[in-house]
Amino acid sequence: MKIRPALISWLQAGPLAAILILFFGIPVLVVVVVSFFDFDHSDIVPTFILDNYQDIFTSEVTWRLYLSSLKFAAIVWAITLVLGFTLANYLVFHIRSLLLKIGLFLLCSVPFWTSTIIRMISWIPFLGRNGLFNTMLIDAHIIDKPLDFLLFSDFAVVVAYVHLFTLFMMVPIFNSMARIDARLIEAAKDAGASRWTILREIVLPLCKSGIALGSIFVVTQVMGDFFVVKVMSGGQSASVVSALQNEIAALQYPPAAASAVVLVIVVMMMVAGILRVVDVRKELAS
Amino acid sequence: MRNNDAGDNEGRAKKGAITRRSVMKAAAIGAGAAIGSGAVSGFPTIWAQNIKDVTLVHIGGSYACIKEIGDQAGKDLGFKIEMQVVDPSTQLSRALTQPKSFDINNIDNSSVVYLVGKNVLKPIPVKDYKLWDKTVPIFTTGKFPDGRPIPTQGLSPIKTGFWTGPDAKKLADKPTDFLTMIPSLFNADTLGIRPDLVGGRDKVTSWGDLISPKYHGKAALVDYAPVGIIDAAMALEATGQVTYVDKGNMTKAEIDKTVKAMEDLKKSGHFRSFWSNFDQSVNLMASGEVVIQSMWSPAVTAVRSRGIDCYFAPLKEGYRGWSNGIAPMAHLSGLREDCAMEYLNWYNSGWQGGFIAKQGYYTPVPETARNFMTADEWNYWYEGKPAAVDIKDPYGNLMEKKGAVRDGGSLWEREGHVAVWNTVMDEDRYLTRRWNDFVSS
Repeated sequence: MKIRPALISWLQAGPLAAILILFFGIPVLVVVVVSFFDFDHSDIVPTFILDNYQDIFTSEVTWRLYLSSLKFAAIVWAITLVLGFTLANYLVFHIRSLLLKIGLFLLCSVPFWTSTIIRMISWIPFLGRNGLFNTMLIDAHIIDKPLDFLLFSDFAVVVAYVHLFTLFMMVPIFNSMARIDARLIEAAKDAGASRWTILREIVLPLCKSGIALGSIFVVTQVMGDFFVVKVMSGGQSASVVSALQNEIAALQYPPAAASAVVLVIVVMMMVAGILRVVDVRKELAS
Repeated sequence: MRNNDAGDNEGRAKKGAITRRSVMKAAAIGAGAAIGSGAVSGFPTIWAQNIKDVTLVHIGGSYACIKEIGDQAGKDLGFKIEMQVVDPSTQLSRALTQPKSFDINNIDNSSVVYLVGKNVLKPIPVKDYKLWDKTVPIFTTGKFPDGRPIPTQGLSPIKTGFWTGPDAKKLADKPTDFLTMIPSLFNADTLGIRPDLVGGRDKVTSWGDLISPKYHGKAALVDYAPVGIIDAAMALEATGQVTYVDKGNMTKAEIDKTVKAMEDLKKSGHFRSFWSNFDQSVNLMASGEVVIQSMWSPAVTAVRSRGIDCYFAPLKEGYRGWSNGIAPMAHLSGLREDCAMEYLNWYNSGWQGGFIAKQGYYTPVPETARNFMTADEWNYWYEGKPAAVDIKDPYGNLMEKKGAVRDGGSLWEREGHVAVWNTVMDEDRYLTRRWNDFVSS
């Protein structure tokens, strides 16, 4: 019996589609539906109201939260990009021995052998008022009073984010760079291109997909975070998700659902923007 | 006697051709079904049955839901208690959305408000609870032992302790014959301070000190709206900045004034941090980042156990009181319901009370707990007398050296000065929103 080609395509796509619908589509749909519901102390009241969204868009807090989250996303993105690109560039083009290359790459992932929480919290005794860093500076007579801004501040939040997310930027860029044909670079050198020109004209354009993927990882993680902000800022700063989490803790699911829907849309737009600049699919296929 | 029952089952099973295990199971199920259908009646039928297969799931916060207590209950009662530690919001949402996923709900009394009219809790007839007469009067009559009525600001144990009737539809706000839960522990909270960094134990005497410029940049507050707002209100009321009709149930205007004042303080850099879990509060204090803050009593102990002086300061405006209880879930029936009731009666019969006393919590039935404590322990924890020997925690670790006196003194010196109870306000929804404003400001 001959199976029609169209049917084969359906059968091939079917299982993944079923899983996506079941574990992604339906839950998201539920969140969207609940975001239009009303609520009281502990009940969700199935009705159709726009109040949850109205509260979000008319509240000054929303704008402040998004501004703060976007600010963190932008700063962290810029720093991790520079770090990730530099590290990847060094590993790929400057380390000759493959063994050493793999070894150093693994070294970068060592911090990931412990949990995110531990990696983040270990900054606290380091940056604290009586922490290692302050003590060091005071003992070296560089300052005479501990620097308070080091911990429980936006600075501390950025430090933790950069520490946590640089690898997510580095790995995709590393991956893109490793696939650049070495002969291309040699040819450029032979043609008299400087290091800088090679970097700008060859490496950077060919790493675009890696940069785009890394950016997506970093930006979505920062936008979706509440824990790092909460702990490292000592609760002084908030993020979109931390406000959402407060609502969940108070069993106020409909407004939390509405916040989640808005956040998903915003992040989707950001990802779409990144993908518009770089056609990841084309780059990956090549 | 219970062992004999099990032996009988085995004996019977061996005679049959079927495997022993399957028959035992069948026998147990049969027994359960018989009780459930009402075929067997009269107390104490529960002991006549094979209760070994019964497991009750008890869920609650880590400070109350302790494995050792469940294990001891299992030993004393013959059925199993499985302790599951969950965070408060998970617990509440499980109670509302999956009420059959557990059997005993161990909650802060203020959480009862969320469960009213939801048919998830089983009312407890006072007559079935044997220790009611011995329970301290703040739970039974709403009075302190010296006859003064307990404060009414916030959700007092009386406001949340009773159903209007056996249908468990509404809270009675006065003693009735149907309990919402068996009170299981209570305490009085205040501010924690670092005496070495504020210049002595006598330097902090008022809630107002939390917002005093003296501690600018060195204060912290709990980032949990229902408690944080009360701590803030105690401070603002003490300094006269805001006045309240009822701090435990603020109007929108009162919430606004409180949040506004706190935002101003926050912007000026008064607060070093806001903490959202136990460890954070311990570390803030132990590291000296903070010298005065909202705190739970075991966190104070945890700082002290690191050899750092920390003091749960008795303040002139009084304490923020709170209590905990255990409530059986509505789905329980038959043998399991009987077991649950046995468990509730066991709970305050002394062992649990003795255990939690050594963590600094009070049991609502102190006289039973006394049998499970040494005279020295009793004198230290309940009487506020200097420790005659080194004081150990329930696990045998040193807590306080000989000669130490409990912060705040005896049970009624502390609990008798409660000014406001933990609460869920009518304007709960508005409070959450405004608290978010404050946190993000």
